[in-house]
Amino acid sequence: MRRIALPLCALLLAGAACSCRQTPADIQKHLQEQLITAKPGAVIELPEGKFHFDRTLSLTVDKVTLRGKGMDKTILSFAGQKEGAQGLLVKANDFTIEDIAVEDSAGDALTIQGGTNIIVRRVRAEWTRGANPANGPYAIYPVECKNLLVEDSVARGAADAGIYVGQSENVVIRRNRSEYNVDGYEIENSENVDAYDNIATHNTGGMGVFNLPNLPRQGGKHVRVFHNQIVDNNTPNFAPVSLGPIHDLPSGTGIYVMAIKDVEVFGNKIQNNNTVNVFLIHYDTGVGDSLRETASSPITQQVFAPGDKRYYPFLQQVYLHGNDISGGGKSADSRIAVMKAMADALGGSLPDILYDGRVDPAWPKKGANPGDICLGNNGAASFLNFDAAGGMKHPVRDVKNYTCALPALSAVSIPSLAAASPANGTSAP
Amino acid sequence: MLARHRIAPRFAGFALLGLACLAMVFSGCDFSFHRDVHLYLEAPFPHKLSAWHLFTVARGRLTPNARVLPYDLNTPLFSDYADKYRFVWMPPGNSAEYREDVPFEFPVGTIFAKSFAFPADGQPGEERLIETRLLIRTRSRWVPLPYIWNASQTEATLQLVPDPVPIRYTDAAGRARDFTYQIPNTNECRECHDNNKSLQPIGPKARNLNKDFSYSDGAANQLARWTAVGYLRGAPVPAAAPHAAKWSEPSSGSLDERARAYLDNNCAHCHQPGGTAGYTGVDFRLGHFDPAGFGVCKHPNSAGNMGDRRYDLVPGHPDDSILVYRLESTAPKIMMPQIGRAVVHTEGVALLREWVTALQGGACGLATPR
Repeated sequence: MRRIALPLCALLLAGAACSCRQTPADIQKHLQEQLITAKPGAVIELPEGKFHFDRTLSLTVDKVTLRGKGMDKTILSFAGQKEGAQGLLVKANDFTIEDIAVEDSAGDALTIQGGTNIIVRRVRAEWTRGANPANGPYAIYPVECKNLLVEDSVARGAADAGIYVGQSENVVIRRNRSEYNVDGYEIENSENVDAYDNIATHNTGGMGVFNLPNLPRQGGKHVRVFHNQIVDNNTPNFAPVSLGPIHDLPSGTGIYVMAIKDVEVFGNKIQNNNTVNVFLIHYDTGVGDSLRETASSPITQQVFAPGDKRYYPFLQQVYLHGNDISGGGKSADSRIAVMKAMADALGGSLPDILYDGRVDPAWPKKGANPGDICLGNNGAASFLNFDAAGGMKHPVRDVKNYTCALPALSAVSIPSLAAASPANGTSAP
Repeated sequence: MLARHRIAPRFAGFALLGLACLAMVFSGCDFSFHRDVHLYLEAPFPHKLSAWHLFTVARGRLTPNARVLPYDLNTPLFSDYADKYRFVWMPPGNSAEYREDVPFEFPVGTIFAKSFAFPADGQPGEERLIETRLLIRTRSRWVPLPYIWNASQTEATLQLVPDPVPIRYTDAAGRARDFTYQIPNTNECRECHDNNKSLQPIGPKARNLNKDFSYSDGAANQLARWTAVGYLRGAPVPAAAPHAAKWSEPSSGSLDERARAYLDNNCAHCHQPGGTAGYTGVDFRLGHFDPAGFGVCKHPNSAGNMGDRRYDLVPGHPDDSILVYRLESTAPKIMMPQIGRAVVHTEGVALLREWVTALQGGACGLATPR
């Protein structure tokens, strides 16, 4: 491996030698040059210090490691960014970034696009002013990646999701902390994902697992969410309206699972999320309702109804078991009228597990639970199928028809990281 | 290894070449009397632009050397009102293969040179060259090389991460311009030029080149001229080739055709499958109009704060359309394109506003459209 010590060397060591006194512009230029001229196999080491950048830093060379001295010691600050939409933008394979912070970028803090074999380790991505609609949408934003590991990282302040994974496959997200974002974690249009031992707290919503239409990669599935702490996600929603559905995410959502199949949620602590701890929904409930004003427009119907022929909006084969779910639903977000109205109709609070009950008439399986929404051993968690399709006329509180089990999903295997996932991520107590 | 292709000097012998070298030594200027383009196909690429012998320069004006063919486009990318001077060169005996819809298939050794200039402040009629971007078709791939002009306008040097350049002048219409011009670094070149991780030319497509150009020997259609000089094979007669509208000339196409040509050349290099913004699902290529793919009533999927607007494109309502909002902004993250623009293209925005206003389909159900 080739190691490169950045000529940042003494640069911020208080101008010890005149020859080493570099301006922020020099540092920016040197680091960008290093990223451009790096050879595959290079390890670029960044010293301690806070370094200022006013345009996007980018990397396109494969097999590069970018390493700092710690997420609180080596800080790439993009405060006052003048050009570029991202902080750090990576379009390369076999990329590792570790022990670095990315702060206050204009848009997404760390974007990794289209890479295979990607490791994000002990990275902090943050907007230091806290929750603000003008913050970038995503803190850690890998999209269209394969064989991706995000671990021991921290995300704060994102106006959409702190840690996002989109249109990706073979993904492990573990031991991260995501807080004070609109959404703590988003797993979108992705396949074969393990998210475990993470903390999601003080976000608007803790975690979303879902598929959306009109994106190139469709058919996300096979997601395991286990041993996470998804607690106290009650921050008021600060997403701008242009962020679409996420703008309508109720404050106080624990985990929501939407328009996807093969999802196993187990051994999590999901507590004190004030609107609803667990929200199991069809696309129309999560997104469509926020767009219901659009129904009158023929062209919109074309876009949102059958527009994307590849998109399947129903939820099915979700197994929620062995979770510690409590203390949620006590004060639904009054900003989201439909949730508030439902809570009022139910005497002021929502149950722990809320399911919209939308089923596809085309499913061959009939009966009370054709979508295989299975609940098992979730303690005293309360349940409601609120019958969204039937105008909430026939709600079902009895969990009996949903007490079932599904085969455990297999652990994610990342070939380049043989030990990425526990050998057997089976059910928790 | 240095690969050099030389066109044998047709009129000059060694004596003249020697004279030229002598002149170089005394003038200290490398842009002198070379008649032949030098091609470099492998790194390290020359530090000086003059080493390529593509053109001579005098007072900010570039004069192409033999076989260096100037061209322009029906609807170009807007770049802060910079004047752009485009040239193409191919090794003798080599030609590009015609393609109807995508950039031509160019031979190894093709050089594109695109120079950016602004009016020189306080010197009417004079221009100041800022940068010349070369795009070289090497044996394995296209390589982008940004050369930055010196203040005395005698030479440009290769810089991987060029510094921003302050630009200040008053244009022909009397408008004062004062901004910082950001020259893309070589990674940023790829932001626009990459498709499926492979760097490609953008401009030289049939529909964009199919127009007359004022050559030194008179006006001629570019496709015909490229064919005549041996740079293009397989092209139909110009009348049978696709033809994009010129965005600023109503006589060249309908409002829709001009707006679509503008989007094709200012947005579609990223917004197409395989492009940098392919993951957004938005596709602005000419000839494609799927409403969702054009952002009609579509939520952006990774935009930031867009002025309280919900949808990319709201037919009939430019002030509700994020597309227009982003073109009217120069703030990083908000503006589109994301790089390469520091000034709002007032006339381009006006065209798109008119186009959005004329689009039919309803206001995406917005209760109170603006």
